[in-house]
Amino acid sequence: MRINRRDFLKLAGIGGAVFVLGPHNLAGAATKGKSQGDFFFLQLSDTHWGFNDPKINPFATTTLKTAIAAVNSLETQPDFIIFTGDLTHTTDDAKERRKRMGEVRDIINELKVKNIKLMAGEHDAGLDNGEAYQEFFGKTHYTFDHKGVHFIVVDNVSDPTSSIGDPQLQWLSDTLKPLDKDSRIVVLTHRPLFNLYPQWDWWTRDGAKAIDLLTPYKNVTVFYGHIHQEHHHMTGQIPHHAAKGMMLPLPAPGSVPKRVPIAWDPAEPYKGLGYRSIEAKGEKEYSLTEFPIKKG
Amino acid sequence: MKPARNRVRLACILMLICISAIVANAYAEEQTEQVIKVTAKKFEYSPNEIRIKKGIPVVLEFTSLDRIHGFTIPDLDGMRATIEPGKVTRVRLVVPKAGTYDFHCDIFCGDGHEGMAGKIIVE
Repeated sequence: MRINRRDFLKLAGIGGAVFVLGPHNLAGAATKGKSQGDFFFLQLSDTHWGFNDPKINPFATTTLKTAIAAVNSLETQPDFIIFTGDLTHTTDDAKERRKRMGEVRDIINELKVKNIKLMAGEHDAGLDNGEAYQEFFGKTHYTFDHKGVHFIVVDNVSDPTSSIGDPQLQWLSDTLKPLDKDSRIVVLTHRPLFNLYPQWDWWTRDGAKAIDLLTPYKNVTVFYGHIHQEHHHMTGQIPHHAAKGMMLPLPAPGSVPKRVPIAWDPAEPYKGLGYRSIEAKGEKEYSLTEFPIKKG
Repeated sequence: MKPARNRVRLACILMLICISAIVANAYAEEQTEQVIKVTAKKFEYSPNEIRIKKGIPVVLEFTSLDRIHGFTIPDLDGMRATIEPGKVTRVRLVVPKAGTYDFHCDIFCGDGHEGMAGKIIVE
């Protein structure tokens, strides 16, 4: 089912309070998942550090730094920031891959907010099953809690066949089991869990199994990246929100014969790039605000 | 020789001829099934445009020139195969409906993976 953004903003939702559990502490957390106060966090995605094509982004080496400066200048800082994958642009050279990861880590460290959650995209992890990523950033699937909301990071990229895989699906099932059916759950993935446009590999091969596991829970929302554009979709009662990328915009699914990046438009610099804030309000609603990337 | 026995003999001979003809025909069909060789390498298939006839079976015979690649046609029930280097991967295809069917690599293979695609034109 496709719905427009206005409908979505009515549907979206989470709640909050202020203790952050480290990864893998979900089972011991507040299983009731009741709201513990409003809060907001930022979703930054697809920074593709190392990408180099001036026709697509002539400011590839400064775009992320520009965005970070903008985030640091926000009057109210978010509770935390999640990067939903493709921190780096892929390379066959394992040494270069690690160099890019070190560089992007150093740039991200410039954020004022120190509660940063990272996850891998296929550009980070698809060529070595996440080996280099894990050296730099730790596990590729984990959980954390924030103000009564259960966040679950699902890795659908380390397996280059776009799969989550049975062991991780079992982990997801075990993770969900102790939670009440009305728990507030946010799932963070890189690829869409549903079949957005398999012709462009915009899907997760076994994503339906993950959705089946999530469907009995009434308050699940998915945020993801990968497609470099805002997109909203429902599977049953579960909303799925894709974020813009921060390096190269991609065309709408199936809108052109080939999935190639959109060329830089000097008349509208950074068009199609951006990040979003997600405000958890009340019991069930999210408020999403999209921010463009602009030179300060 | 009795006429009845002759008739039985004749029927048996005719039956054997029929069976032989059926077997020979099936064998001939198998022998003439069109085989299309396709190579895969970062980040292209060659050929990347394949023309086939609707309803006629073809075998796509894939070889990889470098690393593991995938092959999938989402519009044909997600038909897919993994193409491993050093092996010939065969995909038998019978498409009942004319049209253009996109295929692509569904195993992430590097910078350019997104463009590794082609089409099957069924006439």
